[in-house]
Amino acid sequence: MNPSSALPDVESLLDHMADALRVPLAEHGGSACLIGIHTGGIWVAEGLHRRLGLDQAMGTLDITYYRDDLSRGGLHPHIRPSRLPWSVDDQLVILVDDVLHTGRTVRAALNEIFDFGRPARVLFATLVDRGGHELPISADVIGARYDDLLPTQRIKLSGPDPLMLTLVEREASAQ
Amino acid sequence: MNTHPAPHRPGPLPTSMQVENGQLRHLLTVEGLGRPLIEQILDNAESFAGMNDQGVKKLPLLRGKTVANLFFEASTRTRTTFELAAKRLSADVLSLNMNASATTKGETLLDTLRNLEAMQCDMFVVRHADSGAAHFIARHVAPHISVINAGDGRHAHPTQALLDVFTIRRHKGELSKLRVAIVGDVLHSRVARSQIHALNTLATGEVRVIGPRTLLPAAVEQLGVQVYHSMEQGLKDVDVVIMLRLQKERMQGAFIPSEHEYFLRYGLDAKRLALAHPEAIVMHPGPANRGVEIASEVADGPQSVILQQVTYGLSVRMAVMSMVMGVSPQVRA
Repeated sequence: MNPSSALPDVESLLDHMADALRVPLAEHGGSACLIGIHTGGIWVAEGLHRRLGLDQAMGTLDITYYRDDLSRGGLHPHIRPSRLPWSVDDQLVILVDDVLHTGRTVRAALNEIFDFGRPARVLFATLVDRGGHELPISADVIGARYDDLLPTQRIKLSGPDPLMLTLVEREASAQ
Repeated sequence: MNTHPAPHRPGPLPTSMQVENGQLRHLLTVEGLGRPLIEQILDNAESFAGMNDQGVKKLPLLRGKTVANLFFEASTRTRTTFELAAKRLSADVLSLNMNASATTKGETLLDTLRNLEAMQCDMFVVRHADSGAAHFIARHVAPHISVINAGDGRHAHPTQALLDVFTIRRHKGELSKLRVAIVGDVLHSRVARSQIHALNTLATGEVRVIGPRTLLPAAVEQLGVQVYHSMEQGLKDVDVVIMLRLQKERMQGAFIPSEHEYFLRYGLDAKRLALAHPEAIVMHPGPANRGVEIASEVADGPQSVILQQVTYGLSVRMAVMSMVMGVSPQVRA
């Protein structure tokens, strides 16, 4: 993708994702545990929660303690407790993140969710799938897909109001 | 004038003994840790406190690590919480009662350490009756091993002090606006010394010690505390009351006329607690001598947070253990 090309409007991507989630949601009687992964995933999950009109409050997950690169250091110093204000046992869980890249965050999130209980089914919804998966993990619902990013490029979601996608060169973001 | 000699303390501990390249390497004392590092420990403990909601109360942070609890002095609560904290971080744990082990058969402490190192241990949690014991062990362990002081003589009990300030912060918020009273046997208490250092490092509004002259160290005011010998005066308007256990086992003379007399003058009952701020919390590092330093009506009363201290102790010990192993966020001290 050309760095100068415009990225899509987040609100319309959320509309598209909510539409895709309505079918499995209906199959489970309209009830689901929606879980956003800190920080961008929570913003996306909030948008989906509003659109789907779910009765249950949203859950939040900080997967830091479940990362597979802990021994390599470099963690963010502010870890927020995960909050799942209901039992996930036998529930439909919709796990939400902003960007799917290597798949390691989703792996960590699944491990953490299973420490809370055993869901009936887990769906993974991501605003952007930018490719580069390192684990056999894919999303069930995708807002936008980019398969041609350069290794030095990444997609960043800023928010929470307004939510906006930007393309960032790694050198620039490291400053 | 207080003529009681200051208790034996090991020499000053260089900060580099505990902190290397900004990372917590050992935890031997609160002294010299610095406010950012103490606050990071408390913040990490906060993130661990949330895991009580999980069905599986375990995190994978110390998976593959081995923690040896070396308790040269009897302890149930501290040993149990360290053991549980390590297990909740997925470590393998050895809990050794050192009084009944090789050291009583003539093996030197250093030989024992070498053997535990050969068993590929990664962390020693040390409780010892002598001041400076954890410091000594930290000086002699292999470079990959971290040492946590779980109480040494009259010197320090850093994790207890940190869980105490964590409890205060959770219940009362900003420490700079608080008056905290530490009551009782400060002289024999490693906990009180560590609490005073922690509270002062975090810029607590006012720290008071209350006790008879015989149970306060000489020149205690040099630690940065207000000294009171009267409960009635010292408790006035305080937000936090920390009661200390009367350390009868460490007393070799007549420090108090009798336990009954002590309770009459320094025991915390409901009438005395009423002198403090109406929403003051009551703490005790345990185990409490009921009817000696604290009345049951207060220990079990609505202002008591004694059992919450035990719960928070787990989170704080998890934070410290993961930080010395380098798997939790660190702050440059």
